[in-house]
Amino acid sequence: MPDGAKPVLEVRGLKTVFRTRSGAVHAVNDVSFSLREGELLGVVGESGSGKSVTMMSLIGLLPSPPADVCGGQVLLRGVDILKATPDELRRVRGARIGFVFQDPMTSLNPVFNVGNQIMEPLRKHKGMSKAAATERAVELLELVGIPDARRRLKSYPHQFSGGMRQRVMIAIALACDPEVLIADEPTTALDVTIQAQILELVKELRQKLGMAIIWITHDLGVIAGIADRILVMYGGQVVEQGPVREVFHAPQHPYTRALLRTIPKLHGAREARLEAIEGQPPILTAAPAACPFAPRCAHAFDRCRAENPARHSIDSRALGEGHDVACFWQAPAPQEAAHA
Amino acid sequence: MLTFTLRRLLLAIPTLLLISAVIFFMVDFAPGSPMSDIPLTVPPEVRAKMMAAMGADKPVHIRYILWMKQFFWNEPLYGIDALLGTDFAQGAQRIISWQSKVPVFQLIGERLPQTLTVMGTAYLIGILIALPIGIYSAYRQYSWFDLAGTFFSTMGFSVPTFFTGNLLILIFAVKMGWFPTIYDTNLRVTDWDSFYRMAMQMALPVTVLALFNAAEISRYTRASVLENLNQDYVRTARAKGMTEKTVLLKHVLRNSLIPVVTIIALGLPTVFGGAIVTEQIFKINGIGAALIGAIHVSDLPVIQTITFIFAVLIVLFNLIADILYGILDPRIRYD
Repeated sequence: MPDGAKPVLEVRGLKTVFRTRSGAVHAVNDVSFSLREGELLGVVGESGSGKSVTMMSLIGLLPSPPADVCGGQVLLRGVDILKATPDELRRVRGARIGFVFQDPMTSLNPVFNVGNQIMEPLRKHKGMSKAAATERAVELLELVGIPDARRRLKSYPHQFSGGMRQRVMIAIALACDPEVLIADEPTTALDVTIQAQILELVKELRQKLGMAIIWITHDLGVIAGIADRILVMYGGQVVEQGPVREVFHAPQHPYTRALLRTIPKLHGAREARLEAIEGQPPILTAAPAACPFAPRCAHAFDRCRAENPARHSIDSRALGEGHDVACFWQAPAPQEAAHA
Repeated sequence: MLTFTLRRLLLAIPTLLLISAVIFFMVDFAPGSPMSDIPLTVPPEVRAKMMAAMGADKPVHIRYILWMKQFFWNEPLYGIDALLGTDFAQGAQRIISWQSKVPVFQLIGERLPQTLTVMGTAYLIGILIALPIGIYSAYRQYSWFDLAGTFFSTMGFSVPTFFTGNLLILIFAVKMGWFPTIYDTNLRVTDWDSFYRMAMQMALPVTVLALFNAAEISRYTRASVLENLNQDYVRTARAKGMTEKTVLLKHVLRNSLIPVVTIIALGLPTVFGGAIVTEQIFKINGIGAALIGAIHVSDLPVIQTITFIFAVLIVLFNLIADILYGILDPRIRYD
């Protein structure tokens, strides 16, 4: 893990509120994290925990209204892109920050061939000629492992399988050599063998191209295999953050611990049934005044219901550098060999 | 695509045969006689002779077969002769109007230009107004523009043309005196002056029909754009850093136009058919007026021929809509 590398992307105190007719929903509350060069940051949490909204807030992809990114800073190489004009932000999207979405079946435009869709950002951001963009598109399709690339440029999305379409999406996101790639549950809609292929592809591309990646998922198994660091989100805020090995080995937040318990185990004693976390993630009609997980937390006590815990480092490293957690409860030291 | 088109054209033949039979026999069974206009003082034997002269005394199935031969063989030959100056037809019998004793196709040739000028212009203007309104209304959903657009399209759609037509005549022709109340069919555009008069007399009927067409098409456009704006590929286009203009006018529009083009293509036969009501109100003696006139005097050959031509056009534009569908949407494969 590239320790000490300078951050490509730094998010400080990000806040997003959806202002709807039936009231406000505080979807992102004071989220801070940093992404270092060449690092893969895994973002985990249940559906509705604010993972996707956070990432879409970064680059102004949420429709406004109702979404209102009302606070914080997003520093891309030190420049706050939340203060950028819509035009400047457009030049960041697709050029310096690439995005891969969850459902490759619907994320590509059905009426344009994939060549057209890959070449669009190249021509827009890099000002390439049609011929140059075509060459680059062939190169990109080969890079993401699509055989017979030149011919396939003329194919339409419906002529590709799901996995192939996701490869095309990745090719589009990588077209302009972005500094950051944000992948929003890119394997969720795919079946398991294809998931594995896409994961392998991303690992390989990361080594080849060296960009920083934010990988949003609710599948902890995926994260364990590829991430350097992990960010656990709940109720629109970061509840735990740290190097992936440390978080998996010594999870601090009851929510992280619960999430880890929900992974079915292949080894060891057979459990009666799969673990689940009881209850639903909250819908935040106001900025949380207490710990949002408290209603579902087995360890919650009075203070949890009165005060929202701030993130604090659990080791000597500065906040955000090492392992930190937002919880009043003190997790017991990990029991060795409890699970493989 | 070619195989598909050919297959569809072949399939159209039995469809049209069936339609022609239904039209012919239904019109024939209707009450009324071509003799009802003839004074009662004319003796019955003279009437019978008149009927025989028109061929109206023959049984209906004989007349049907004769009409088929005239429609599909004789008339096309006359058409070729008129076009190339040849003489294939060699005086073969044409479909003749019982009332005016003029070949029906000649009648249509006299009436069609008025209809096409007025209806065609109205349809074109309607489309040109409707598309931008529909697209912008959807893009700015619930804005004042959208609310105004939706209000006017609901109005335009629900208020019948015979009402708006008369209202416009009352206000702009009678009270203000800006436009003529009657369409002068004999007016030929030869210079700027006659062009101006043509434009003036077309203004009211074109406005009425264009508003009506625009109301319908803009509603479809708006609904279709709205549906597409929420699609994932729109988010992808934005994530690629495309401008809003590209997102809307390239990505969204191409997808949204698929159903709209169908509506436009299927609506086109009405251009040829002539908005019968509007032609009556503005006294345009187009094809619609010809049909109504023929119905009043039981001029069966005219009714049967014009109605059948409408049917042919509807079948034809259905096919065109399907072909356009395939061109716009690569997911639709016909082969």
